[in-house]
Amino acid sequence: MIEHLPILAITVPLFAAFLLPIIEKAHFRARNAAALLAILSVNVMVVLLALRLSREGAPLVYVLGAQSPAQILPQGLDFPIRIMLKIDGFSIFMALTSAVVVLVSYVYSMKYVPEDPRKNYYTILLMLMLVGMLGLEFTNDLFNFFVFLEILSISSSALVSYSYNRKFSPYAGYKYMMISAVATSFLLIGIAFFYSQYGSFNIEYLHGVIRFTLLDKIALIFMVVPLAMKAGAIPMHMWVPDAYSEAPAPVTAALVSASQASLYGVFRLSFSLFGNPVSDVTLNYHTLGWIIIVLGVLSMFVGVTMALVQHDVKRLMAYHAISQTGYMLLGVGVGVVVYMDPGGAAYAAFGRDAMMGGIFHIMNHAFYKGLLFLTSGVMVLRFGTRDLNKMMGMAHRDTFTTLCFIAGALAISGVPPFNGFASKILIYESVYRFSPILAIIAMFVSVLTLASFLKVFYGAFLGPRNEDIIVIDEPLPATVTAAMGVFCFLVLAMGLFPGEVLKYLVEPAVAGLVPGR
Amino acid sequence: MSNFFLYLTSILLIMAGLAAILYKRNLIKIVIALNILEAGVNLLFITLGYRPGGTAPIFTMAPELEGLSMVLPTPQALILTNIVIGFATTALMLTFAVLTHRHNDTMDIRNLRGVESND
Repeated sequence: MIEHLPILAITVPLFAAFLLPIIEKAHFRARNAAALLAILSVNVMVVLLALRLSREGAPLVYVLGAQSPAQILPQGLDFPIRIMLKIDGFSIFMALTSAVVVLVSYVYSMKYVPEDPRKNYYTILLMLMLVGMLGLEFTNDLFNFFVFLEILSISSSALVSYSYNRKFSPYAGYKYMMISAVATSFLLIGIAFFYSQYGSFNIEYLHGVIRFTLLDKIALIFMVVPLAMKAGAIPMHMWVPDAYSEAPAPVTAALVSASQASLYGVFRLSFSLFGNPVSDVTLNYHTLGWIIIVLGVLSMFVGVTMALVQHDVKRLMAYHAISQTGYMLLGVGVGVVVYMDPGGAAYAAFGRDAMMGGIFHIMNHAFYKGLLFLTSGVMVLRFGTRDLNKMMGMAHRDTFTTLCFIAGALAISGVPPFNGFASKILIYESVYRFSPILAIIAMFVSVLTLASFLKVFYGAFLGPRNEDIIVIDEPLPATVTAAMGVFCFLVLAMGLFPGEVLKYLVEPAVAGLVPGR
Repeated sequence: MSNFFLYLTSILLIMAGLAAILYKRNLIKIVIALNILEAGVNLLFITLGYRPGGTAPIFTMAPELEGLSMVLPTPQALILTNIVIGFATTALMLTFAVLTHRHNDTMDIRNLRGVESND
């Protein structure tokens, strides 16, 4: 049983998702309990996998359809033909992030999304998002990578337009689906170039035989750019504000995690497929690294300047999501640039720290941005609008939400003792040693971030108590408060004990991307 | 030589689809363009995955292992999957287009600039 955990973590939510409408025939509470149980069991399985990974030290390989899950090469063949899952530190890091975020979003939406006949579809699609993210992060096979990416795109774009009666909701879903479909089509062209040369889809096998021909370099562009587009890096960011702001609040929190899964694809392909060359032939890593850095700095700066002028609270937060993605790209990009330097002194001195900061920021971002989007859901519930000019005085009424918002806003601006500080200080210090100007831009962006969240705080939470503009005046359901409480606890705990997180989660993640360094 | 025309056709289809996605303003026409793009990608993938003169990947039926060229079924399976996914994508996008038209009385994306706060 325990050796089949990698595939069970994907199949259990997949089967549970389609069982839910049948369970709902009994009672909708039974369906809620079943869905919660399934998502919880995925979390337990991911934690068990993480424990097993740290015990064994080597990446876990699971081969589907073989006599034993560890049998990579069938008899008489010297290349793998079966579907393979490979779980290393980075996969488990991302899987843990996705599983926790989907669990919290689901708990939040149990009462937040009204109970009607369509709630079944909501639950199914949310669980399919979890399946897509986990499959994407566990697979070692470009075929499955593509299929899970499509599962993720279709389910999340359907969820974006879940409140389809709103004026622009279907259009936001259309935009997201269009971007996803174009992106995955181009990803498929990249995969085709690989298949035509090497005759395999297996990432590990391709990494061993890759010759870095011109076609491979074109394939790299065809694969990394679409994934960066789905992650919302700046020149391809136009779908982010629309999709994030039109989706219901818990879906937006899960969407942040879905974008991070695409970012996982960028890092996985540029390291595990193209990096760590086995042969002497190699790619010019400076160019790839600088492309990632330029994308990152542009995302940071343009994202935050666009956020400053917004009056719509969810659009403002969506632009901040773009801006924070820039930090991850910057940190990892610096690591990539110095990675192939002779001797590896620069990499040991600050490149590894930059990568750790960038990767740590992925998890931090998923949690504090999730928290902020969940509090924005409460604002929309109370005032019935997303316009900041029509909100005031929420601190009088929802004290706990206010505290959660303060925690999230301080975390996203990199103020201690919250988790954003822990990863941002790593990025600042290491990037400063690489290029001071980039570190200064990063700090400046953090200041602007704090400024725009002060605007939200001042506009929505402070001010006199005004009962006339409140649309729904009921106390918050316990599940909503609990979900925000969990995120708030994680944001605070990861900020107070960053050393433990770095040691047990982030260092194995970096080791999974760049083995042996 | 026949492969050359297949590559040419697929690249023309991809280019035509991409150009139509970029220049067409109608929500339905963009969906059609996306389907053309996907057809081009599918054709390219199938062409690249085929080995002329190859046999089926069954070892007992292979004439001899020396210089053997086999056509693995994986690319065709991937393309079948992509056709099904493309069907789902098209259905979903047409649904969104219909709903957008119902709410906004327009199919023209120039009239749909940006999602506004509309409460």
